[in-house]
Amino acid sequence: MTHSISLTVNGTKREIELNDPRVTLLDLLRERLDLTGTKKGCDRGQCGACTILVDGKRINSCLALAISHDGAEVVTIEGIARGDQLHPVQAAFIPHDGFQCGFCTPGQIMSTIGLLCEGQAGDDPERIREGMSGNLCRCGAYAGIVDAVLEAQANQTDSKQRRSA
Amino acid sequence: MKPFDYVKPATLADAVAAAAQPGAAYLAAGTNLIDLMKGGVSRPDRLVDVTHLPGLDRIEHLPDGGVRIGALVSNAGLAHDTDFAKAYPAVAEALLSGASAQLRNAATVGGNLLQRTRCAYFYDTASRCNKRAAGSGCDAREGENRLHAVLGWSEQCIATHPSDFCVPLVALDAVVEIEGRNGRRELPLEELHRLPGETPERETVLEPGDLITAVRLPAAARDFAAHARYLKVRERTSYAFAVVSAAAALQIENGKIKDARVALGGIAAKPWRSRVAEQVLKGATPDAQNFREAAQAALAVAKPSGDNAFKIELARRVIVRALTLATAGTPARISALPGSPFAANSGALHA
Repeated sequence: MTHSISLTVNGTKREIELNDPRVTLLDLLRERLDLTGTKKGCDRGQCGACTILVDGKRINSCLALAISHDGAEVVTIEGIARGDQLHPVQAAFIPHDGFQCGFCTPGQIMSTIGLLCEGQAGDDPERIREGMSGNLCRCGAYAGIVDAVLEAQANQTDSKQRRSA
Repeated sequence: MKPFDYVKPATLADAVAAAAQPGAAYLAAGTNLIDLMKGGVSRPDRLVDVTHLPGLDRIEHLPDGGVRIGALVSNAGLAHDTDFAKAYPAVAEALLSGASAQLRNAATVGGNLLQRTRCAYFYDTASRCNKRAAGSGCDAREGENRLHAVLGWSEQCIATHPSDFCVPLVALDAVVEIEGRNGRRELPLEELHRLPGETPERETVLEPGDLITAVRLPAAARDFAAHARYLKVRERTSYAFAVVSAAAALQIENGKIKDARVALGGIAAKPWRSRVAEQVLKGATPDAQNFREAAQAALAVAKPSGDNAFKIELARRVIVRALTLATAGTPARISALPGSPFAANSGALHA
């Protein structure tokens, strides 16, 4: 039995036929929609490499059944830059060496975007570390990642102040 | 993962009817269930998706001063609800000390209550586990068991319930609302989970088709808001299950404890309310000696189930620390690492 679902992926509406309800959002993105930027690390909700935004909130796409998310709005690492202009969070990871091998980086960046939207951590490194603890980096680039998040947070605060000025 | 049929009922009644069939399981966010299914630990024939059922995603402040939390409210949504966190700070602190931000965004209130143990032998389908396969035996009993239960366990099962959220909830007299084949009913959260005894495969008192629709906290639970904490000791400072945790909530008047609530997590197959500790504290002065006496009472019937005797003394110290923190007062903002004894402003020195 096939199931039809509709997803908005990076701003584009997609009508999808699922021939099996077992497909996770992660596998749907990677295997069916050719969006391989979202990584499959542990596939068990422990590493955060598969982090995406669903309806504006960061979640582990490996534990989300696609069929249960009919109508959802999905944003992946492929959907955040504007052409050649990097998203401010992507840009912040570069000067701070917020990665080494890069495998966890899409998840780290999507998680950071989620963290900044949640607005709970502010510029407190300890709150950032807690808020990013669902994203493992086996190269151990954590110090650079926290610095990158701090810069992205500062840039977001600056641009908000400029807008309201 | 074993193939399954997927149904998405439009009404509560249809959901209950669909889930009452043998082999059916409810699906909410799936943060625990999908993991278990990938590992072959849970093998449902049919998933009944309740995520789209109407009316289960609200936090309602009731006319009597209590609160009703819909079963589909997310863990993060509840913890960050300003009114809720102010009225029930230990519950918010417990929620934020659990899992990761991604999981808290997805995981639901109802799912948190019904999450399964993280006993490694339950997860490993090559091991014997009376919970996963009734009557097969318990490899944890003679295995790696330093994190297992010290209260309420049996020879058949020494697993613990992993929820942080349930610990302050049970301390604050939370009530669970259930929709079932015979209509709606409710019961105290304290009565939801069962101790293993001879039947560890039966983890709750729920019957086939039963769906948790809401959790209620009574108005009286607000009276502890000024002195309520959740303290969690774990093997890393974030994103780990509790080795031992405690919820402590006090009402202090004229230098005496008017009322007290104490519950433990990570030490039994259910969130462990300690009424004996509460009895010690009622009417007493909030000081180290009385806290220690309450902690002794709470663990009086504890016994190691393996290499975990340390958890008994650890639990006593966690109770004392949680009561000390609660006495100092609920902080205006939950610390950066919720429930962490390592937080800079935890208000108590390390032992």
